[in-house]
Amino acid sequence: MSEIAQKVKSIIIDKLGVEESEVTTEASFTNDLGADSLDTVELIMEFEKEFNISIPDDQAENIATVGQAISYLEENVK
Amino acid sequence: MELKRVVVTGIGALTPLGNNKNDYWDALAKGVSGAAPITRFDAEKFRTKFACEVKNFDPLQFLDRKEARKMDPNAQYGMVAGDEAIVDSGMDLEKINKDRVGVIWGSGIGGFTTFQDEVMNFANGDGSPRFNPFFVPKMILDITPGLLSIKYGFRGPNFATVSACASSNNALTDALNYIRLGKANVILTGGSEAAVNESGIGGFNAMKALSERNDSPETASRPYDKDRDGFVLGEGAGALVLEELEHAKARGAKIYAEVLGAGMSADAHHITAPHPEGDGIVLVMNEALSDANIDPTAVDYVNTHGTSTPLGDSGEVKAIQKVFGDHAYNINISSTKSMTGHLLGAAGAVESIASLMALERGIIPPTINHFTDDPDIDPKLNLTFNEAQKREVNVVMSNTFGFGGHNTSIVFGKYNG
Repeated sequence: MSEIAQKVKSIIIDKLGVEESEVTTEASFTNDLGADSLDTVELIMEFEKEFNISIPDDQAENIATVGQAISYLEENVK
Repeated sequence: MELKRVVVTGIGALTPLGNNKNDYWDALAKGVSGAAPITRFDAEKFRTKFACEVKNFDPLQFLDRKEARKMDPNAQYGMVAGDEAIVDSGMDLEKINKDRVGVIWGSGIGGFTTFQDEVMNFANGDGSPRFNPFFVPKMILDITPGLLSIKYGFRGPNFATVSACASSNNALTDALNYIRLGKANVILTGGSEAAVNESGIGGFNAMKALSERNDSPETASRPYDKDRDGFVLGEGAGALVLEELEHAKARGAKIYAEVLGAGMSADAHHITAPHPEGDGIVLVMNEALSDANIDPTAVDYVNTHGTSTPLGDSGEVKAIQKVFGDHAYNINISSTKSMTGHLLGAAGAVESIASLMALERGIIPPTINHFTDDPDIDPKLNLTFNEAQKREVNVVMSNTFGFGGHNTSIVFGKYNG
């Protein structure tokens, strides 16, 4: 697992209060990990803070699963 | 229409003296001070460096981590005290009609620490607005009744009351009146406050409202003492289950007391200073007695607002003498703020719970820290100094007043069928 993937997973575990085993690549924040709309916004903000980037709203809307977050960040974090 | 009778069937308390009702009552009876140096932040540069904090409180003992993280301490305190009251009431949540159960909750300020921290975070940034999405729901003070309704599924009347330090007495008063009018069978009511932070201490210090007796925090809250120099900030929550009498009887509930009546008034005088003649608080006590439909001579104990400020304390005592006349000498009077500090919007709830102890256990909680008589206070009055007194108690009155000139007074009586 990449360093980015590890950090993403630990943020999700922390913010959503879920178990590590639940945080699979396919897991959806809202459908599988119990996030509501505010949790999702907070997650994106945490990713921005952790990786020191800005994720535009139209891009953020496409980040709905653990895998989508990891691939977006792996592509965009320098 | 005939008003319904209302009784207290559940109690919960999270206070600087104890983290549940029984620990709180035991500490009140012993005359313990809840004051100590501030641990929440570095108070070195503040004029006041002590407070009555809630101690050894771990929200994760009561709430799951994800829930707790989204709540200001103000709401966490309310959830914990509220839960204790619901459990204490013995209500079967599967059987009661939850559409007829409300939550009416008071707080003077709300999520103060959340507000402070988010604004400081913004101020320390580069001007980009990076506010947490939970900022607003954590901050607003009505989130506590909202959260309690979500937890238990209570769909009856649900809102918060705000009248500074009178807030939770206003919540109790509203709960009483809504049940009297048949708008709900049960209302979980009370209040919470969590203002021990830089803004809270700094703000009240700027008003010269707080005691600055840093060399002796535990004797700083000394209502009616000649050398009182301001109030001691407290925090925590108190919760009461108010219930329509027949509803309580039908389910065989333990009845602590009947809520006989409540009064409300305004000083219409000054934003923070009490009225010099105490007109507003004479009015509120008379309103409460009239609403309770009792003679002043029926009252055995008055739990005062008594914050330990120079002007407020003597004014309230004089008002009590105006309302009760010679009977004032027969009454036990005490300020439990001498022990708990001033819980602001939660004061009314925790002091009603102290008053209920007097009814339940026949023990008047004391006004501790009395050293020197104030020549401005009639020495013939029984201010229950320093030690609890045993007494058969049938009727108690609990007063709280708030910045803005809001006055409230509630009367509880022993339930005799």
